[in-house]
Amino acid sequence: MAEQSNLKEFTKGFFLYNPLFVLILGLCPSLAVTTSVKNGMAMGGAATFVLVSSNFIVSLIRPYIPREIRIPCFIVIIASFVTMVELLMKAYLPPELNASLGIFIPLIVVNCIILYRAESFAYKNRLLVSVLDGVGMGLGWALSLCIVSAIREVLGAGTFLGLKVSESYNPASVMIMAPGAFIALGLLLGFFNWQKQRKSEKALKEYRKYD
Amino acid sequence: MIKEIALIIVSVVFVNNFVLSKFLGLCPFIGVSQRTSSAMGMGMAVTFVMTLASAMTWLVYNYILLPGDTNIVAYIFPSVGESGLIEVLKTISYILVIATLVQLVEMMLRKMVPALYESLGIYLPLITTNCAVLGVALLNTTDSPRELGFLQAIVQGFGAGIGFTVAMLLMSGIRERLALVSIPQPLRGIPIAFICTGLMALAFFGFSGMVQ
Repeated sequence: MAEQSNLKEFTKGFFLYNPLFVLILGLCPSLAVTTSVKNGMAMGGAATFVLVSSNFIVSLIRPYIPREIRIPCFIVIIASFVTMVELLMKAYLPPELNASLGIFIPLIVVNCIILYRAESFAYKNRLLVSVLDGVGMGLGWALSLCIVSAIREVLGAGTFLGLKVSESYNPASVMIMAPGAFIALGLLLGFFNWQKQRKSEKALKEYRKYD
Repeated sequence: MIKEIALIIVSVVFVNNFVLSKFLGLCPFIGVSQRTSSAMGMGMAVTFVMTLASAMTWLVYNYILLPGDTNIVAYIFPSVGESGLIEVLKTISYILVIATLVQLVEMMLRKMVPALYESLGIYLPLITTNCAVLGVALLNTTDSPRELGFLQAIVQGFGAGIGFTVAMLLMSGIRERLALVSIPQPLRGIPIAFICTGLMALAFFGFSGMVQ
């Protein structure tokens, strides 16, 4: 039973409570850095690291954090990990990747997903579940970043991970600029809503059959 | 001087609008733009905090983080004067300054201008995690393409807030209309808001090239 619920905490971030497509959190970086799949993956990795570490620490010291000042405490914890990630990325990743992520690495501090998971999950749950929740939510967000960036890179630059998709395709560069980001995410959210509605209609039909 | 200030404001309101071309502050932009009145309240609150935060973070950057003679920490720890604290303390100090500022503004408004406090209400505490505020602080100091003076930083913060308010008001006007028309079921609510934002961003592209 316990194992099953652990697994559930881990997988819920991918589909059922996907941070971007279902909870609609962490919008700014999801649109700003998704011009190419490589950027999306780097951003997803950095945010996952911060989310897992902050969930770990918050869950570890939660008996010692007074309720009244919990938000400033969370922010300081998150900001420390963001600084670490920033320094690590500067040291080990190519400079042009760092340049294209720009101010969105320090802006992970105000990414709503991380504060939201600290406040609503890690502050209330045991260590292991909190870490699993962080890993699941972080990877779920990274996955959705990859989906958005794959669509934008293929349509807007005609490449996937830097490789050309087709010789004859003439890329529509509006997709890698600001308007394309909004429209792509809008249509994606619409698609996921449509899926959800179809599923609930199907369930309703099943239910009526036995009625 | 006046020309430069006007240039910064036009640049940050229209050409490099924070919401529509820099993707900053999207959560409140989508979350509180259903009604014009709440959009106005949020915009005003953000502009207020952004202006103050620009001033405070500029001071922190120039007198605490930056290496050199102006660093006041260097009087106590001389080694800080050579290395500076930008790399390690940038994020933490900025977010703490902003969080404290929001808290202070909230307390001051409640005591001094209760009417304004009532109208801003729940939007004030939300501003701490608005990435536009931290974004403008970073763009004024560490990630600025050129060095900004104190006044320019404040003007840029104020202008960014005005740009945010303009985008919020436009969006709330569109969404009030959208509530009345028939839209395919799955696109209702947030998806159509995003598509409209995309079209607005396309329209704002017309301003690009106006200011370098």
